[in-house]
Parts: sequence; C-alpha cells; structure tokens
Amino acid sequence: MRYVEEFRDPKAAKGVLGAIARVAGDIGATAQDSVRIMEICGGHTHAIFRYGLDRLVHEGIDFIHGPGCPVCVLPMSRVDECVEIAQRPGVIFTTFGDAMRVPGSQKSLGQAKADGADIRMVYSPLDALDLARRNPAREVVFFGLGFETTTPSTALTLQQAHRDGVGNFSVFCNHITVPPPIKALLDDPHMRLDGFVGPGHVSMVIGIHPYDFIARDYGKPIVVAGFEPLDLLQSVLMVLNQIRDGRAQVENQYARVVPEHGNPLSLAAMADVYEVRPSFEWRGLGEIDASGLRIRDAYRAWDAEEKFGIGYAVGRAPVREPDGCECGAVMTGRIKPTACPQFGRGCTPDTALGALMVSSEGACAAYWTYGGARATEAAQ
Amino acid sequence: MTVASRPSPSRLRGGRVTLAHGGGGRAMRVLIDELFTSVFKPDSAEDQARLMTPALQQPGARLALTTDGYVVTPVEFPGGDIGKIAVCGTINDLAVGGAVPLWLSASFIIEEGCDIALLRRLVASMAREADAAGVSIVTGDTKVVEKGSCDTVFITTSGVGVIAPGDDLRAEHIRPGDVAIVNGMLGDHGATILAARGDLALSAPLQSDCRSLGHLMQAVLTACPGLRAARDATRGGLASALNEMAMAAGVSVELDESALPIRPEVRGMCEILGLDPLYLANEGALVLFVPQAEADAALAAMRSVPAGQGAAVVGRAAARGTVPVTMRSAFGGTRIVDMLVGEQLPRIC
Amino acid sequence: MCLGIPGQIVEITDAPRQMAVAEVSGVRREVSLAPVAERPLTELLGEWVLIHVGFAMAVIDADEAAQTLIALHDLGEAQEALEAMAEGERAFADPASDGGDSA
Repeated sequence: MRYVEEFRDPKAAKGVLGAIARVAGDIGATAQDSVRIMEICGGHTHAIFRYGLDRLVHEGIDFIHGPGCPVCVLPMSRVDECVEIAQRPGVIFTTFGDAMRVPGSQKSLGQAKADGADIRMVYSPLDALDLARRNPAREVVFFGLGFETTTPSTALTLQQAHRDGVGNFSVFCNHITVPPPIKALLDDPHMRLDGFVGPGHVSMVIGIHPYDFIARDYGKPIVVAGFEPLDLLQSVLMVLNQIRDGRAQVENQYARVVPEHGNPLSLAAMADVYEVRPSFEWRGLGEIDASGLRIRDAYRAWDAEEKFGIGYAVGRAPVREPDGCECGAVMTGRIKPTACPQFGRGCTPDTALGALMVSSEGACAAYWTYGGARATEAAQ
Repeated sequence: MTVASRPSPSRLRGGRVTLAHGGGGRAMRVLIDELFTSVFKPDSAEDQARLMTPALQQPGARLALTTDGYVVTPVEFPGGDIGKIAVCGTINDLAVGGAVPLWLSASFIIEEGCDIALLRRLVASMAREADAAGVSIVTGDTKVVEKGSCDTVFITTSGVGVIAPGDDLRAEHIRPGDVAIVNGMLGDHGATILAARGDLALSAPLQSDCRSLGHLMQAVLTACPGLRAARDATRGGLASALNEMAMAAGVSVELDESALPIRPEVRGMCEILGLDPLYLANEGALVLFVPQAEADAALAAMRSVPAGQGAAVVGRAAARGTVPVTMRSAFGGTRIVDMLVGEQLPRIC
Repeated sequence: MCLGIPGQIVEITDAPRQMAVAEVSGVRREVSLAPVAERPLTELLGEWVLIHVGFAMAVIDADEAAQTLIALHDLGEAQEALEAMAEGERAFADPASDGGDSA
C-alpha cells in the first residue's frame, strides 16, 4: 500500500530507535527519571501498542496517553441521550461502529438495538443521509462524533441535506475540539509533561498554528505526527531533539498530509454549520469551556437536540461515572491504566465499566489487548 | 397442456415458499420430493438413514459426529452460498479431527416467501460440494416459519465420519517447538461478506474461501505421522483458533506477522474499516501443528491439493509464557493476539 | 482518533456533487471530494488522497512524503554505519571475539 508500507520499514526503524536512544542518553533520561511525552490522539495510542513501540523505544521514554479518543471522552449522559433518541418511534439511529458498545447509565446503543431500537452502523455520514432519502417516512438521526478530523464530514453532509431539502435527517452533534482539553491538562498543577506528539489528522483540517500556545505559553515542544510506526518514532525523536536543544516549537512531521494552515474548504464548512458551545462535558475531565460545537440556527431544522428536545437544548444533569472507575485520572495521565483499582478486575473489554476499556483506542483497552499491562504484570 | 412435452413439469405452484409447504400435507411432500430428495437422492425413504462402511470394521476405528447451524447474510455471495458453507463447514469440522467425512444430514428452516428458485440453487450447490468431497447427504428435514421469524433460510447440518485406527489429533498434543502451518489466504470470507452486505458501500474483487478440507487433511495425515492437531479458523479467525489451541495445549504460540498470507484487498478493507485480518472469518482455512521435522512434508502434502496451494508456516509453539498467543511484527515489536471480545465493529477512530 | 487511509482517486462519478471513486489496495468506495475541491475535479484523477469517513480530506503531497522518507532512510543508514563502527571497535579491543554474541 502506497504511503503506508514505506513508513513501516524495519531498517529505518532501527535508525530512528538508535537516534532516540542517543538523544535520550544525551539528556539523561532514565527509567526512573523519564521524559514524559503525551500522544494526544487515540489513533497514536493504538499504533504505539499495535507495533509495540512503547517497548522498542529507549527505557527513558514514557508515553502518556492523552484524551484524544472521542468515544472515550463521551460522557455517559450523552450515550443516554442517544439511546433516548434511538428509542423514539419512527427513528432510524445511525452511528459509527465505535459508539455501539460504549456504556450509558442504563444501556449501550448495542443493547438498545437488541431491545428493539432501529440502530444501524454506517461508514460515512453521507450513507446516513442516503438512508434518509430512501426512507422518507422515517426520521434518520446521525450520531455526530469526533474531533476536527470528522467535523467537516458532518458539516458537509448537513450542507447537502440543506441544499437538497432532506427534512427527515438530523445530526446529534457531539463534536469536540482538541486545543481546549490540552490547555486544561497543561493548567493542571499535578500534570508533568515534557512534550507532545500532536494529532495528525486533526491538524490536516486545522493546521499547526492552533498549538502555538503550547510552545509559546507553556514552553513545551509539540510535533504533529502521522500514524505509521516510523511517523511516530520520528516525531518522538523530534520532540527529544527540541528538549535537548532547549527549544519549544510546533513542528510538523506529517507534512505530506498536514498543510501549515489546514484545509480551507473544511474550515469554511465547519464555520458555516457549527458554532462553539459555551461549554461541553468530557468524561473524566468534566465541563470544559468552549470545547464543543453545536449546530448554528441556520441549520436548526437538522439539529437532533432541537428536533427531539434533548440534551443541551433542554438543560441536563451530569450522570455519575461508575464507582471505582478512574478513567478521568488515566485520561489526564495522572495514573497508568494498571493503577486503576478496577483494571482487569471489574473492568475488562468483556465487562467494560469505563469508556477507556470500550474503545479500541482507549488507553485501557490498548493496554489490555496489546499487552502493555499484562507484560508489566508478568515482569513484576 | 402446453407443457406436456416436458418430461417432468414442476408441481410446485408459484415462485415462493408458503406456510403450506411446511404444513405436513401434499404441498410439503411436493416441496421435499422436488427440491430435496430428487437432488440428494438418499438410499432410503424411511425417516432414518441406515449407514455402513468397511472402514468401521477395522479394530480401533471410531465414528466422529459433529453438528453446526449456518446463518449468513447475504445467502449468496461471491465464491459461495449458505448451502455450500453448510456442507463445507461440517465436512471441515470432521476433517480437522482426522476423520474421513462420509455422511451428512441437512435441516432447513425456511422463511415464508423464500424464493423457490433460490432454494433450488442452494440445494444444487450443496449436492455439488458433497459430491466433490465424496460425502452423501443421507437425511434431512424442512420447516417453514412465518415471514420475519428467520432470515431467508437457516441450514443445520450434522456430519458423520470415520477416524482411522491410531489417528488421534488433539490440541493437547501440541508441544513446544512445533510449527504452525495454514493452508492459504486468511480473511477472504469475512472481507467478502463485509463487501457483499452492501451497507458499507465497499466493493472489492474478492471471493469467499469456502471449500472442503477433507482431501487436504487426508493428504497431511498420510504424509505426517506426527501431525498433532488441526482447527478450521472460522468465526473469530486465525486468532481465535490459535488461542483455543494454545490454551488447550498449555503452550504459547508466536506468530510471524510477515509470514501471514493475506491478500492486499483484504488488508485494504481492514485498513479502511479499522479491522484486524487475524479475526476475520474463514470458511476454507485451517491451521495445523506438526513437529519441526515434519514441517516440509506437511507443506508439500498441503500444496499437492488445490485447497493447500497457499500453505505457509506462520508461527511456532513455545513453552507457556504469560499469554497464549503473541505476534512478532516485521517492525521488531511484539504484541498480544487476544481472543476477540464480541464481534469486530468497523470504526472511525 | 480519526482513522485515515491513503487511497487513489480513480473515477469522477458525479461532478456536480463532487463524488468520486477511490481505491485502497483494490477496494473501491465512493467518496466526496468536497474538502479537496479547490482545484478542478479532473485534476484530482489519479491523485492520492487521505480518506476519512467517506471524504477525501487532503491531497497527499508526494514531495513531502519523499523528503520524510529520505530523512528516515538516512537515519537507518547512519545507524548501520554506527553499528558497524561499534562492531569494529569491539573486535579491535577483543581480538578473540568473533562477533557480538557475548555482548
């Protein structure tokens, strides 16, 4: 596969790993006194474990898994609202497969489907719009989920619905943005981070400048990275080089896909359809100011919150997370998944309590599936 | 009558199965005679098949019996249909235990409204596959259920075979140092079904690997007296089959990612949907373990039959480590290959 | 987050709606070119794009990809040279050693 296989070349990997080890040595990183690098994006977390990168890199490098998994940060209350919409008569509720197993306070979408709700997995929001065209007597709702990578796709789909006058289609908008939670993390006095690997596909939409504050105001290096193993390793090396040189800059390792200023057509569609909510609830992080998007008045007729009188449209109470679930502490990098009292006991992929165990990008699920955790346990 | 010149005009009225076809009366008799018995040609019209084979008279020979229910959407897909799977799947369950498959039963749950022409195709497909594998479909049953009570047609087949004296394939026999071999491409069936369902709007020039593995297993049994065990890697894919075998044997298996035979189209489908090909279903793939010394003989025997053309060593058993199955990537890293939780869902993240 | 995969635009299917067929390793799917429709659609035929949830989100820059690969390749070469040097030094320090096995 072009643009994929070249970035999995073992020989080059050896080179980058060697360079990482040398720079880590130069700056005195050790297992006890490690350089802590947060990969913001869940896709990076997944790749790190899939390729075993955490165990290939120098022992002085510690990956801290960030909040960049939209499924994991979705609060239970929003899942409950999805279930409520899906169970209304006449509704076809459409979602990406990722959201099917996320637990709500009563049930997941998968369980609601078993209970009789018409819930369908789609690959693209455009497929949901087609479904609405083919089922004019039904209300088709799309579960809009994701960061800035995914937001343009629902914005463009809503524009299409508007142009074509498809009235039985709406979006339940849960789009969120990357920079605010990073700022929240950097403001947390307990956080100790030395640098960031930035989300490549979010950045192909928003460009690299929304991260300027990280370098300028907090003095931390950030390197926007691609998703193949060599991309990640090279980005780690670039972060280490900045630390060694005493620099704090926004650098772009993923220039083949990420333009400096992002994608103007996607940004225009987002600005046309969405506006920033005053605040949005994140699982484990609570309400964060200006971190979520809602549908503008011009597209109100396609806003599921308005159409069904639900969610932020009517005021809402947060739902308590399950007892003993430390997803919040894991997501903010305060503890490793294995330090959660429920990890591997009350909470496994079969019996997930928290979202981090449900999504394949969740740090806990990645630890469990690809063995980060169990390898550690075995070593002890 | 205008059709008088045709030798045996169909007595089945209309193009669809109705509840009357399951009612026990004349309509049911006609359906069974015309659609099933005229094709499968069982020896006896009694309610039970009566079976005998010389192979059973050898001291130490054993009967093998297996049963499986088949549901698949869509019922016809590139490379096969539910009928073919129902025959191959049960033959394979016998074959991987070292049995020579001989007889099958077939039970049909048919949805009211099912297209009779479709049923004819499925039955013809079953007969063709059984003939090719040297197996007879000797008894069966049909039921018709109301529309919505099942999806088009469900088929349950049971199979009986004979295991030759001395053969005793079991996962517990796998030893550290044994070599794991697959017979060909992995994930073709699962990827084909994903594309054929149409709801993801993906198209790919793929075919299900649905095929019988009886001849292949007999070839390996002849060539490799030390053959330890074999499993067909159906639901849950190679990963699930290996986990079950490793746990039963108390060994760990390390896979070599670069040795896994996977088509580019299957990889492409997995990259697009965020799936892992190790967990995609197969309907004609097996994994077997032989002592290192017999690996070449096993490969040669497998490659001597059509179903084993793509045979490849994919891994090795070792003393039990912390987990049953791991995989070494070309990249140098190692990861755990766990059992699947639930089903694999397409993802965007 | 955000599974994205490189695919090649092989056919424009509906120009007014900016729809095209993209191919990933022989697998085809209709995608929207709306995010990359700054240039005329016909110029996008044959281009490699980054596909996410049915949209071509970016045109992949072949020159940038090549530069990244060159940098990675150089690191690989440099590492081999370093290892060869280290090997040489070890052999020099311990002439009895026939390789790096004892390390």
